[in-house]
Amino acid sequence: MKTADVASTNGTEPATQPRGAKTAGAVANWADERLGLGTAMKKQLRKVFPDHWSFMLGEIALWSFVILLLTGVFLTLFFDPSMAEVQYDGSYDPLRGVYMSRAMASTLEISFDVRGGLLMRQMHHWAAMIFIAAMMIHLLRVYFTGAFRKPREINWIIGCLLLLLGTIEGFTGYSLPDDLLSGTGVRAADGFMKASPVVGTYMSFFLFGGEFPGDQIIPRLYAMHILLIPGILLALIAAHMLLLVYHKHTQWPGPGRTEENVVGYPLLPVYMAKAGGFFFIVFGMIALLGGLFTLNPVWKFGPYDPSKVTAGSQPDWYMGWPDGLLRIIPAWETHIFGVTLSWNIMLPILVMPPLMIGVLAALPFIESWITGDKREHHLLQRPRNAPTRTAVMVALMTFYGLSWAAGGNDIIAIKMHLSINQITYFMRGAVIIGPIIAFIIARRWCISLQRHDENKLLHGYETGVLVRSPQGGYAEKHLPISEAEAYRLTARDREEVYVPDSTADASGVAAPGGKRAEITNKVRGKLSELMYADNVQKPTAEELHEAQHHSEHELHELEHQIASGPNKHGPSSDH
Amino acid sequence: MRLLNRSAGRLSRHRRGPIAGLVVLLMGLLMTGGLYAAFAPAQADSTQSQEELVREGRELFIVGCAFCHGQNGEGVLTQGGDQYGPALTDVGAAAVDFQVGTGRMPMAAPGAQAPRKEVVYTDDEIAALSAYVASLGTGPSVPDAELYDPDTLSEAEYDEYVTRGGQIFLANCTACHNFEGSGGAMPRGGVAPKIRGVDPKYIYEAMLTGPQSMDTFSDGNIPPEDKKAVIAYLDTLDEQPSYGGLTLGSLGPVSEGLIAWLIGIGGLVGFAIWIAAHTTRTSRTKDGADA
Repeated sequence: MKTADVASTNGTEPATQPRGAKTAGAVANWADERLGLGTAMKKQLRKVFPDHWSFMLGEIALWSFVILLLTGVFLTLFFDPSMAEVQYDGSYDPLRGVYMSRAMASTLEISFDVRGGLLMRQMHHWAAMIFIAAMMIHLLRVYFTGAFRKPREINWIIGCLLLLLGTIEGFTGYSLPDDLLSGTGVRAADGFMKASPVVGTYMSFFLFGGEFPGDQIIPRLYAMHILLIPGILLALIAAHMLLLVYHKHTQWPGPGRTEENVVGYPLLPVYMAKAGGFFFIVFGMIALLGGLFTLNPVWKFGPYDPSKVTAGSQPDWYMGWPDGLLRIIPAWETHIFGVTLSWNIMLPILVMPPLMIGVLAALPFIESWITGDKREHHLLQRPRNAPTRTAVMVALMTFYGLSWAAGGNDIIAIKMHLSINQITYFMRGAVIIGPIIAFIIARRWCISLQRHDENKLLHGYETGVLVRSPQGGYAEKHLPISEAEAYRLTARDREEVYVPDSTADASGVAAPGGKRAEITNKVRGKLSELMYADNVQKPTAEELHEAQHHSEHELHELEHQIASGPNKHGPSSDH
Repeated sequence: MRLLNRSAGRLSRHRRGPIAGLVVLLMGLLMTGGLYAAFAPAQADSTQSQEELVREGRELFIVGCAFCHGQNGEGVLTQGGDQYGPALTDVGAAAVDFQVGTGRMPMAAPGAQAPRKEVVYTDDEIAALSAYVASLGTGPSVPDAELYDPDTLSEAEYDEYVTRGGQIFLANCTACHNFEGSGGAMPRGGVAPKIRGVDPKYIYEAMLTGPQSMDTFSDGNIPPEDKKAVIAYLDTLDEQPSYGGLTLGSLGPVSEGLIAWLIGIGGLVGFAIWIAAHTTRTSRTKDGADA
């Protein structure tokens, strides 16, 4: 780059700065001399990030968390987390005179008597729904592109913890207003705890400070909701971001992009502007949702009363899938030694969610064990280039989605005029068969796409130009793809199926580790076969070279045919 | 008060007058006659028309109802011993008025539940059918408007009724009909229907007669004024503005979750794509290296 491009010479005059810059510089200098930020910022402000829409999904989660903090602070100013009974005397007529907890009364006060209170409440709640949804789609992006591989496994686990904590945070918040719906949720949670063998009742009495509902649960959930969990969430988000900066962002392969560099734009000014702008877009979207769509109309639910319940009692969407499993599981119970083991509650609620989070957290480690790949990866993979991995997540998503849909079985029944029983029976089978079918389809689909890529590399793209041969047959002309495109398609590793060593070497000495290691290796070999054996590997250099040669010939022929015009070649012209 | 006392005093001055006995007798006769006219059982004339009505109702019943409910409303059993059409001997006029008046009866086809549909009979025919079925046995009659119409309440009463009605509604109705009366699912394809925007008379009759899988809320269970309170509460739900914005069908968290994903996340991902598509190089010659 020539210096003239960045600065013009000022000849013999000393350099001068514009007036505004001088003041800003003085302030920055003052701060730098006292805080030493200059050195740190010099590097970080020029930090380069690659550009792709899917890299911004985590940002949605980050910004909705910021909105949660802002609106949450507003709500704490007016919310009274007390279960003391009061008679409501606020603005909402149909509940005036009804006895309720102070928590519920203050929620109604926020909704009807605090200026902007209802908007803030709804924004807080919508932001929570968006927060967890955004974390999930971010997780999917990271998984599908292989961005969880070394050195990012720890950050993947932090992400899983964020998802888990976000869900718990959401549940505690959902429970605070002490309205009919949230009370039903707390009652359900009480039942779930009591379903754990032996310690269940102790846990319940411990949490509620006695028999349900008591007068302790809301203050306790409140402390968790506004102090404990947000504190941990903040710390984990900070760690997540610091690791992101430390590892540098992953990028899509392409010309000039390697495992050693990051191609993109600097944080200042490009990503400051983009990310800052995106914050306002997220804020705007949540403000619109909060202003336009009713969320949790507590005034219609009324105060919680264990004798009441309403149809359509569901948790917020992120707890929908365990609720769905709970709705479809058969009534399995075991009675031993005078103890009832409620499998129908334990399995969907106490076993499945921790199991799912455990599977999620283990995925990077399982994969690296199968592949034996211990290298660092900063270039992403297209989902089609890891068919089995993609299919695993699609199967998990299918399981999640079906369980989730089962959580809304009553709404599906009334809106689609179906029998709730039939939905339940269908779902019982579907949650098991569905993921298997999804796995097979997704895997084959990916492999087909790989074949399509191979075709493009070796035979070029379909031009849409049909040519009739002298014999009267029709064929579509293919033309070579651009070099950049070809590079992008071939920028991936060749995969090798792991073949376990034979147990004994040539001289008959058994491999170290004995029988167990042998079995482990065999399993690893089988899984590696499942993972790689059917994949389409990228063409070799010779194949590409030959293809190029062939396509040049094709191109030449096509040009010739076009030049000679329609029906001017071959015997067909002499009609 | 004083005026009243004075006039009473003036009257009592004449109580021993010569025509006092005659006046009292006359007044007594007038009152008795008047009260008799007001409260007398149906006269010969109206008995005639009542019989007429029952006969007319029976004719309609034979044509439209007897196939399932039997020639005399005794009910019909299937070969398997299940109820094909239940006996109507003790359901009363209110049940017929509800079922036929909301179009549930006659059913188009046997099924899990008789859905609300277009009303087939005219008001007169419904009255005739009700009269016929009422004549088969006991059962509640069609209620007077005063029992169910929330408009008959004074303004002060109304607010008190609404508050009480809301609590009764949440305790007895929402478990099936949902917190806003939007309806809910029942086993085997049945539904607790949406009960908003329904004529108060039919809500009252439904509570009184317990149609289909609904419980019967007799007057001993929920007294008439409490039924009226529930109706007043539903009336307020119709009247009150939607404080939080669009209600999303008032179905609870399921529709809220759908909006969060479809509009919230869907919209934000759209914006992310839009932002990423506009880099610092906004010219058309932007390199297409990004996938």
